[in-house]
Amino acid sequence: MKFTLNGRRVEVEAHPLARLLDVLREECGLTGTKEGCGEGECGACTVLLDGRPVNACLVPFAHAEGARVSTVEGLKDRRLRAAFVDEGGAQCGFCTPGMLMAAAALPKGFDEQGLKRGLAGNLCRCTGYTAIYRAVEKSRARRAPARPKVRRAAPKRPARRRSA
Amino acid sequence: MSLPLSQMTLLRPRSLDQALRLLGEEPTLRPLAGCTDVYVALQFGQPAAGRYLDLWGLDELRGVRRGRDGRLVLGALCTWTELQRSALVRRHLPMLAAAAREVGGPQVQNRGTLGGNVANGSPAGDGLPVLAAAEATVVLGSARGQRWLAFTEFYTGYRATQRRPDELILAFEVEPLEGRQWFRKVGTRAAQAISKVVMAAVRAPRPRLALGSVGPTVLRLPKTEAALAASAPMEECQRLLQEEIAPIDDVRSTAAYRRHVCSALLDRFWSETAPPRRGKQR
Amino acid sequence: MPSVGKSVARKDGWAKVTGAARYVDDLRFPGLLHARTVRATIPCGEVAGVRVDAPGCVVVDHRDIPGRNVIAMIEADQPCLVEREVRHVAEPIVLLAHADRETLARARVEVEYRKREPLLDPRLSRQAFKEITIEKGRLAEGFARADLVVEGEYSTGAQEQLYLETNGVIAVPEDGGVTVYGSLQCPFYVKKSLEAVLGPGRRARVVQLETGGGFGGKEDYPSILACHAALLALKSGRPVKLVLDRAEDMLATTKRHPSIVRHRTGVTRDGRLTAVEVEVLMDAGAYVTLSPVVLSRGTIHATGPYRCDHVRVHGRAVMTNTPPNGAFRGFGAPQTQFAAEVHMDRIAEALGLDPVRLREINALRPGDRTATGQVLGRDASALLALREAVRRSDFHRKRKAYPSQGKGIGLALFFHGSGFTGGGETYLASRASLELTEKGARILVGSTEIGQGTRTMHAQIVADALGWPVERVTSATPDTALVPDSGPTVASRTCMVVGKLLERAALEMKARLGRLSPRAYLRRHGPLVVTKQYEPPAGLEWSDQTYRGDAYGAYGWGCDVVELEVDPATLETRLLKTTAVCDVGKAIHPVMVAGQIEGGTAQALGFGLLEEVVMRDGRMANAQLTNYMIPTSLDTPPLEAVILESPYPHGPSGAKGVGEMPMDGPAAAAANALRHLGFDVRSVPATPERLLACPRLPAPGAKSKARPPRATSARGRRRVS
Repeated sequence: MKFTLNGRRVEVEAHPLARLLDVLREECGLTGTKEGCGEGECGACTVLLDGRPVNACLVPFAHAEGARVSTVEGLKDRRLRAAFVDEGGAQCGFCTPGMLMAAAALPKGFDEQGLKRGLAGNLCRCTGYTAIYRAVEKSRARRAPARPKVRRAAPKRPARRRSA
Repeated sequence: MSLPLSQMTLLRPRSLDQALRLLGEEPTLRPLAGCTDVYVALQFGQPAAGRYLDLWGLDELRGVRRGRDGRLVLGALCTWTELQRSALVRRHLPMLAAAAREVGGPQVQNRGTLGGNVANGSPAGDGLPVLAAAEATVVLGSARGQRWLAFTEFYTGYRATQRRPDELILAFEVEPLEGRQWFRKVGTRAAQAISKVVMAAVRAPRPRLALGSVGPTVLRLPKTEAALAASAPMEECQRLLQEEIAPIDDVRSTAAYRRHVCSALLDRFWSETAPPRRGKQR
Repeated sequence: MPSVGKSVARKDGWAKVTGAARYVDDLRFPGLLHARTVRATIPCGEVAGVRVDAPGCVVVDHRDIPGRNVIAMIEADQPCLVEREVRHVAEPIVLLAHADRETLARARVEVEYRKREPLLDPRLSRQAFKEITIEKGRLAEGFARADLVVEGEYSTGAQEQLYLETNGVIAVPEDGGVTVYGSLQCPFYVKKSLEAVLGPGRRARVVQLETGGGFGGKEDYPSILACHAALLALKSGRPVKLVLDRAEDMLATTKRHPSIVRHRTGVTRDGRLTAVEVEVLMDAGAYVTLSPVVLSRGTIHATGPYRCDHVRVHGRAVMTNTPPNGAFRGFGAPQTQFAAEVHMDRIAEALGLDPVRLREINALRPGDRTATGQVLGRDASALLALREAVRRSDFHRKRKAYPSQGKGIGLALFFHGSGFTGGGETYLASRASLELTEKGARILVGSTEIGQGTRTMHAQIVADALGWPVERVTSATPDTALVPDSGPTVASRTCMVVGKLLERAALEMKARLGRLSPRAYLRRHGPLVVTKQYEPPAGLEWSDQTYRGDAYGAYGWGCDVVELEVDPATLETRLLKTTAVCDVGKAIHPVMVAGQIEGGTAQALGFGLLEEVVMRDGRMANAQLTNYMIPTSLDTPPLEAVILESPYPHGPSGAKGVGEMPMDGPAAAAANALRHLGFDVRSVPATPERLLACPRLPAPGAKSKARPPRATSARGRRRVS
């Protein structure tokens, strides 16, 4: 079956009812796309099918025929990746590939609600999403992004003491 | 998951005619489209071996258009994303656009279809109350021809429908609706949720109410609707509603909670859609 | 330029955003077999017979175990594979493996049982795996001084860790033994279990791979999986992969212990605690596993961060016929501090006192003694955390304004002991090594990176001690053949304890290097590896017999404020904002510390509001992601993480740890915010169903019941329950 994988036309032999997730991981050797549940809930297997995010665990390979499939390995958006690293958007990293693909598919000029809705199909258990929002917003910002909203308050009463 | 792929076959018709012919010849074929329900069922152990009929490529079943008499024709393969974005749906059937926004997350909305939602027939299906409240017609097709069924009569029991094995759901037709439409899903969380209660309603001239997740299939509430139409007191309408629903305790919620929410939503629907400036209509 | 305190690039960052990071299911081995576990289907009984119809499969049962049929943890009571007795529904009986997954799935194993009545209610259990009593002062005396006694019972449900990557391992037969690669937190725990099962003479080696989250859920369970995969590998002579699917992971692996906590507190009219009595019950499940230490942490934290001269805490962890409960971020403390903090709001209510004021009066201060008699150091910053949270969240204004807007605001103050409890760290005697390389130094520790940032944080500590840029410091893979046992990656100890060992090692390496470059040193003196072993700070004392002494080297302190509203029709809670203040001693990497606080807070809000493990007949009935609800982006409110730094002299740069602490407060803060809205919530998760059923309090402002008690003699004191 022929399709376009990360911008390259490929031909892959696999059962038409095999899950796209398995074909990508096992036949194409692209293990960046993860399986978190196999029931379309967690979004760890999110890839873009003709530019739209889908759960690769719920797509039969047949539906990739002639289509454009994009996975985390083919993600072109370096800014987005860098922002995920810098802002703490990736902790354990397992939701990250799917999260990146969902983020890459966000429409231009999203607002806060649009951002949350756009990522609502991707579960993350590490970050509470906050750092992911920071990363996505940073990658889309034109100017230098604001530093993470980490605030520190040095205690006044217990004297600050360094260890020897 | 390991699918028994060696015992699975996919037929991929190139046209609707071919699909109907294949299904006519082999009514045990299992139709699939967006697969957001089919693959989940297989993951949870539904026997997977067998022969499947792929509808995903049948463009005849896509799209939203205006049909005769101004009725809205919704192709069975309309995805939730398409329904949210369709200007026709947003203008004429906003409660469907609202429902579409609440299904799964973007990934599921991009793949899941209205036809699949109906065919799957889960009592918690988010699109079902909308079609019931809108009194939609189901267009069924087979190699023998087409037939039209009232959506409210489509289900005969829990996940049981009037679709014959050789038929496919082709489309849904909705006549122009008067009156304000209202939709509310009370799910297990804010997104990626299954309904604990889902309600779609139309205000006037004849109130119509449909509820999901409170019975073996989507329910219309004729007695409650009649009471609303007769301007009965809300407490009376709620009492009738309680008679007409049959919620259960399950892993997602309790019968008591579902009952509470149904009454509360009825009240909210009625007050939120009250005509302006005429005071409280009862 | 020092890197500690700066958010340097994560060491594992780029691999994780390119898809290059390799997790267990991503690995391939030639001749690999896939494995499957046949589990019991009854909660209690005996196996009467097993029929296996598995053509071509490798089949393993208890008779194939060359060593001891136990999973060696605190006690050796849990079998690796069932021989006869079945104590819970997920007990492994038979293991199967085959190269072809379809063939494996077709294999049939039928098990006949003699069923027995299961014990599912912990209140009815007579078998305590562990019982702990903490006593301070004389309770009767404390109650005699009270003007008011407030009682209450609070409960928390089980919670699933729900790491995004399920548990999984690959076992490879190697050198007359087995090497296990896996998604795990504690390689040396796994090694110990393997050695018991494989028996003497067979080498066990464990390599941790990139791990997609743990939260405690990969502390003990990987030992079971590793033993299973190893047995199959040993029998077949081939690599065996055993990766759980989500449903099986949820059914079989550990959860947070459900708890029932009763409080009875004496308090004076002006709000001073005079007597604190707490009874803790935890549902351990079918085997001992980690329950004794979960209970230990739970009881020590059960008073909350408050001073009181007369305390009695009694805790029991009891056996039931459910899969064993185990480690989950917070490790018993979130359960007991939920109870303590909801109880504090109820005391404030009974006294007609502002909840902040009540906490200010009673919060532990430097120099105070905890329930175990530990004298707190200067870093005890409960008051600071409280005031910071109150100020940041504008608590007082909102507390007044919210009721008329249909919103609620609540807070919770908490503390969390860093590292192992009591003498645990001394017993562990952890080691950490640092190896000089041509370009810099390589860290050799058994501590694992599970998302929290171990590699980066350790590298920062080492780099600063050596005065090098952080890029010159790398980490070895946690491979038991390569690294020393640094103790498990749990208990917020990886920075404070292991980080400190590395700091010491780096300082020694620096001294040894003198002015030489690494390359010059290696050429002149040959290889250099510096190893340091844990030594307790002078003056720490603890008795396991009396539960008195210094329970922890240091405590983190924190305060959460939750703001929310409830849909009056559907009782759905919508979170508006959460402010989470945590004193971590020193934030080695502020972005990662904030990440721990934000992530832990979201998880804890799930614990408080959403996440319900529905058990039916001893089995999790909602073991699907569709039905077990963790927060999505739309369920998670804006989180403001505030980092405080009150340094601990014995932590690296003053660090005390952060991993678990954020889990302790949010559930109570949310319950207290719901309380502010009139819901008398004493049990979590506070789902809409629970809110519907829970009693309502008089509307805020209606002071009738919240009036301070009239002057009463000790004998005529009021009782509130």
